[in-house]
Amino acid sequence: MIDNGAAAVAFHQVSKSFGAKRVLRDVSFDVHAGEALCILGRSGTGKSVTLKLIISLLKPDNGNIWIEQDEITHLKEADLSRVRRKMGFLFQDAALFDSLTLYENLALPLLRLSDKSQDEVDFVIDRVLKQVGLENDKRKMPSELSGGMRKRAGLARALVLEPKILLADEPSSGLDRITAAEIDELLLKQKAEHKTTLIVVTHDVRGARNVGDRIVVLDRGKLIADGTVGEVEQSENETARNLMSEC
Amino acid sequence: MSNVLEIAGDVSLFGFRAITSLFSRPLEGDQIRRQIAEVGSKSLLLVIASGFALGAVLTLHTRSTLVTFGATAWIPTVQSLAFFIEIGPLVTGLLVAGRVGSGIGAVLSNMRATEQIDAIESLSIDSFKYLVVPRIIACTLALPVLTLFLDFSGLLGGFLSEYSMSRLSFQSYIASSFASFEWSNFYPPTLKTAVFGFAIGTVSSFLGYTTNEGAQGVGRAATRSVVISSLLIILLDVLLIKFIFFMYPESAL
Repeated sequence: MIDNGAAAVAFHQVSKSFGAKRVLRDVSFDVHAGEALCILGRSGTGKSVTLKLIISLLKPDNGNIWIEQDEITHLKEADLSRVRRKMGFLFQDAALFDSLTLYENLALPLLRLSDKSQDEVDFVIDRVLKQVGLENDKRKMPSELSGGMRKRAGLARALVLEPKILLADEPSSGLDRITAAEIDELLLKQKAEHKTTLIVVTHDVRGARNVGDRIVVLDRGKLIADGTVGEVEQSENETARNLMSEC
Repeated sequence: MSNVLEIAGDVSLFGFRAITSLFSRPLEGDQIRRQIAEVGSKSLLLVIASGFALGAVLTLHTRSTLVTFGATAWIPTVQSLAFFIEIGPLVTGLLVAGRVGSGIGAVLSNMRATEQIDAIESLSIDSFKYLVVPRIIACTLALPVLTLFLDFSGLLGGFLSEYSMSRLSFQSYIASSFASFEWSNFYPPTLKTAVFGFAIGTVSSFLGYTTNEGAQGVGRAATRSVVISSLLIILLDVLLIKFIFFMYPESAL
């Protein structure tokens, strides 16, 4: 066992394979509370798997994962549920429940996981939807929303339980540059106003530069660079340097 | 063969998990009500129309045979026994397997492919309890009710067909229909459809919930749900008829 110190999230020698394919190999990093970490890398390098390991949708083959003081790799479902409530997850395609309206998408976690009254639930939903600029769309079905709106709706659902840690999987994918910048702004605003720890997976170097206090670079399942934007730009690893110059 | 046995084992464990999940909180009442309404609204019109058409056609065929023996008075009796004992339960099971089973398989596999199931888990909600258990319960509860709709719409279709030929009154038709009828002809066959419903819900949910084939898996899960559920219903029908004959020997005509 290791001591994760003051880290909000810590990875220690984590490996993950799917069949014969090794997706992550002995990856270690930590994220401090209130910090914004961007995980950068090309497609298929294990970035999204890293996020799913953090929220325990997947289990690692080896290694330890800490969420604050909890080592989650061997937690039982009830404890895991408690730990997950500290986190919000913005999925790549938002993953809104397509049989529910936007309001119902946000109300579901509030009604299930909090003891708020209906009025309080309505108040929170109105506040969060206003925060992401969708206050006039709460009766719409997900199919009626544009790509950018869906992403903002997914962010609203991730924020509705006021998570301490926000995980975002490719928040700018499939969006034009202006809309992607708007999503980045929302993430930064959340971090500034609520001291939320951000872990953002992306292959968009521009977005990573905007959002990340720190950047880790994954390549073929290995962590090849870890540092500030300037440090990664000066990294000894050529792949990491090349990736950062792609903007 | 080992693959078939492996899938059968996995589906059985899946169904067993659904049964044990029934006794844990939360009870998911809203989801169960929503799914019952979904199953009912998807199937009711189809079931009634099919029953009515089958009833009308069965009467026409039966009449042409029974006329030869001068036994047309038996038409209502034959009609009601055929529908309540076998046609109603089996046809309803097959119709619901096609209409609802494919829907469950497609919806759940789509939710898996678009990460909606992951999203539910990430919100600390038990996706199995929230998505699978209500669908299985809804199918189990809805099938017997839908079967009754098919049975009675079949009788109605049979009556109208017979009325157009012989001007037999509705009261006489109903009285003849149930003259030789015993409760053992009604309860066990109707209630066996709850087993069909459980099978449809379990198989379809299993194929949708456990798929890992992305968008391609949606169509595949829907098709396989219909095929496997239908075959299972036919197999279960044979086994349950044997069981009913054992429990109610008087119902073996």
